Amino acid sequence: MGGHLNTNHLMFLGQGALWTIGLSMIALIGGGIVGFVIALARISPLKSVRLASAVYVQLVQGTPLLVILFLGYFGLAAIGLQVSPLAAAGASLTLYVAAYLGEIWRGCIESVPKPQWEAAEGLALSRTQRMMKVILPQAIRIATPPTVGFMVQIIKNTSLASVVGFVELMRSGQIVNNSLFEPFAIYAIIAVVYFAMCYPLSLFSQRLERRMGRGRSNLAPA
Amino acid sequence: MQQNPSPSEPIVSLRDVQKSFGPLRVLDGVSFAVERGEVLALIGRSGSGKSTALRCIDRFEKVDGGEIVVCGHRVDRPDVDLRALRQDVGIVFQSYNLFPHLTIEQNITLAPCAVKGMAASQARDLARKVLAQVGLEEKLHAYPEQLSGGQQQRAAIARSLAMQPKVMLFDEVTSALDPELTAEVLKVIEQLAADGMTMVMVTHEMGFAKGIADRIVFMHRGKVHETGPASILTSPTTPELMQFVGTGNLKS
Repeated sequence: MGGHLNTNHLMFLGQGALWTIGLSMIALIGGGIVGFVIALARISPLKSVRLASAVYVQLVQGTPLLVILFLGYFGLAAIGLQVSPLAAAGASLTLYVAAYLGEIWRGCIESVPKPQWEAAEGLALSRTQRMMKVILPQAIRIATPPTVGFMVQIIKNTSLASVVGFVELMRSGQIVNNSLFEPFAIYAIIAVVYFAMCYPLSLFSQRLERRMGRGRSNLAPA
Repeated sequence: MQQNPSPSEPIVSLRDVQKSFGPLRVLDGVSFAVERGEVLALIGRSGSGKSTALRCIDRFEKVDGGEIVVCGHRVDRPDVDLRALRQDVGIVFQSYNLFPHLTIEQNITLAPCAVKGMAASQARDLARKVLAQVGLEEKLHAYPEQLSGGQQQRAAIARSLAMQPKVMLFDEVTSALDPELTAEVLKVIEQLAADGMTMVMVTHEMGFAKGIADRIVFMHRGKVHETGPASILTSPTTPELMQFVGTGNLKS
């Protein structure tokens, strides 16, 4: 117990911060891939596919991330599967992020005006061609600001991975505090680091949104 | 234009077509036919069913009953080959619906390349040709948002022409335009008619319909109320058309 905050502690916190970024990237990429599939499944012409994806989204959105993390780590261990904290946290966050990004992106795809679908249909494009060449390029533009905004949520939510023993920023703060016992100072540092990661993204998202707002008025004819 | 030598077969024919939206009966036994090279104008009040009738031809609406044959496709049947149908039918909408993320050239070449497998260089030549037809060659590399409404609509017509349809459908294509821009679009359509394109158009431009249409179909409450050559606009026989033509003239 005791002692002062030294370079080693800061190095340790820095390493934790890097893992926070790493876990966020895993969640964004994994959740992005699965979320894209979810978004397409939610607007599938097949009712069973729509239903299954809607149930998935509702289940995940109705469950606290903390519970999903516990299920991923202890649940799998209970049935005999030993997973590392990183794998458990990565997989849990992927499932969680996919449910939200899937819904955000579904909304973006559906907000491309319906006449665009009809115009593409009238030109005899197949459903896949309509999606790939007409709808998605426009939906991606619409999706960029909310997706960047959601990355802020992902970064903050990775702090929950500390409960399964994954040493990211939050967990490294706890560990440093266990030896120094200066909770206020240490968690203040942690808070500042989270803020430094999230605030630029928030600003960027807002700027994208403003730029889009200007662009869209030109886009929509009469 | 090369087409099968069956001059007696109409390009578009509707027989006793029924269509309801919920409890609302929009089409109540509509029948008409369009011969090759003919220009047919569908007129009527808002809610008379004229736009729905047009959209049924390209199967943007499914009919509840009756028979629709378009270029040999049985459009009323559930197993109709939609992509084959839509290669034969071109449609132009009121709101242009150009793809905003593509240049005018890309808007035009997209379908010929994706649907017909046309080579990119050939498609670009085609884009130049159809844009010349609508007088917009210089806008090849512009984006839709950089064009006026009239220019966008002419580009949309060019995009449709690039698929070399056998019949063109126009759904109130000048309703979003002011009179000056309307005139430039109508001029393009007139030229298409002069070139022998088969066309079905829903329009509020009575003067235009009178000048260009071989036949007028006046719809009223989901039925074909009166039909005949353009002269029925000047000497209508039913009181409803008489009243409509009166109000129609006031509008322009």
